[in-house]
Amino acid sequence: MMELLGKEKIREIIAKRAAKEFKDGDVVTLGIGLPTEVTKYIPNPARVMFQSENGLLGVGKNQDPENIDERVINAGGGYVETVDGACFYDSQMAFILMRGGHIDATVLGALQVDSKGNLANWSVPNKFTPGMGGAMDLVVGAKKVIVVMEHTSKGQIKIVEECDLPLTATGEVNLIITEKCVFRVDFDENKISRGLILEEINPMFSIDDIKKSTGCDFKISENLIEMKV
Amino acid sequence: MAKIISIKEAVSLIKDSATIMVGGFLSCGTPDKLIDELVNSNVKNLTMISNDTSIPNKDKGKLIVNKQVKRLITSHIGTNPETGRQMEAGEIEVELTPMGSLMERIRAKGAGLGGVLTPTGIGTAIADGKKVYEIDNKKYLFERPISADFALIYGTKADKFGNVSYYGTTRNCNTVMATAADTVILQADEIVESLDPNEIVIPGLFIDYIVKG
Repeated sequence: MMELLGKEKIREIIAKRAAKEFKDGDVVTLGIGLPTEVTKYIPNPARVMFQSENGLLGVGKNQDPENIDERVINAGGGYVETVDGACFYDSQMAFILMRGGHIDATVLGALQVDSKGNLANWSVPNKFTPGMGGAMDLVVGAKKVIVVMEHTSKGQIKIVEECDLPLTATGEVNLIITEKCVFRVDFDENKISRGLILEEINPMFSIDDIKKSTGCDFKISENLIEMKV
Repeated sequence: MAKIISIKEAVSLIKDSATIMVGGFLSCGTPDKLIDELVNSNVKNLTMISNDTSIPNKDKGKLIVNKQVKRLITSHIGTNPETGRQMEAGEIEVELTPMGSLMERIRAKGAGLGGVLTPTGIGTAIADGKKVYEIDNKKYLFERPISADFALIYGTKADKFGNVSYYGTTRNCNTVMATAADTVILQADEIVESLDPNEIVIPGLFIDYIVKG
């Protein structure tokens, strides 16, 4: 089935679905790469404020290349504008927001994610590790952690029973959105995972496809719906 | 009170084997003129505490390329391939720290605290060898304070009392670093007689020397 979807289309499906998670008034911090594409698909009436860990709440569009102000950047180093209501602050305040539970949602990529809600997205043994930056603080602190990624990477299974790559955080992932489906991590009242629940499925794929490309058992929601993007 | 001196005079205070904090997030809000002079001075065996190492041919990145840093405490080196190369070749010792924990460790020193307890890094390799405390059924990692001989920081405007104000996203870790080093050197774009107290971000008492950027 994979051959039916090109890279571009896969990214679009994932970003569009992730954008539906945001409510009007949410404060959201995005990882770099695929997560930033989510901004293209925010539903029109929703006012979402994007936070950047270098000290900006209210990230706007990229600056005009002809007229760059190097004093305003996002966490990826891009020169950005600010939106109405934006504010600047220092790194301590940035991490009070991020670690302290004041960010409504974060969208991040993953190398691996598992049935316990563990996330690995910063390091691969014996490969160059750029560093975690603010990711570990963000995942621990955000009210909702949304992982967006291709379901598998070059055939390699990424949704596993237990991550074997170095962890970013334990038991913090709430939602996994891929081109094939949406999984919810089912936490009990003590925030211990009972496993993954398949909540939505892209009609291009069968449940059997998803079982074959997922490395752990999962429950199928009684309210399983078609993944709409 | 803060003393206004030349960039050369300021940098001449920094000797081999010093520990320095350097402000800035990538190149935004970095004291680039101070770093250029530090590259000229060619002092060696520095321990550098910074958010990142920028890119190879800019500000913090130049100190790496010129092999002046023997130990680095930072949160991200992905933008500077030379840092990665030196790390893999064993030429530089790198301690990767979550950015929020790095900021809190610096703040702990500046605020007179014996360390901080953070949930960040629990259950990960960052927790190796560190004490874990359980408070109200939640686990926290103990992170030690971190200090430096010098903080090299940036400000948009400073007054002769050392008070500092900022434009845009330039304040980043400059503010916390100002509190945690024995000697704080500020590079300011503009030095004025006195700033409006309402716009001041860093109180002047933290600043030892001001140089014009």
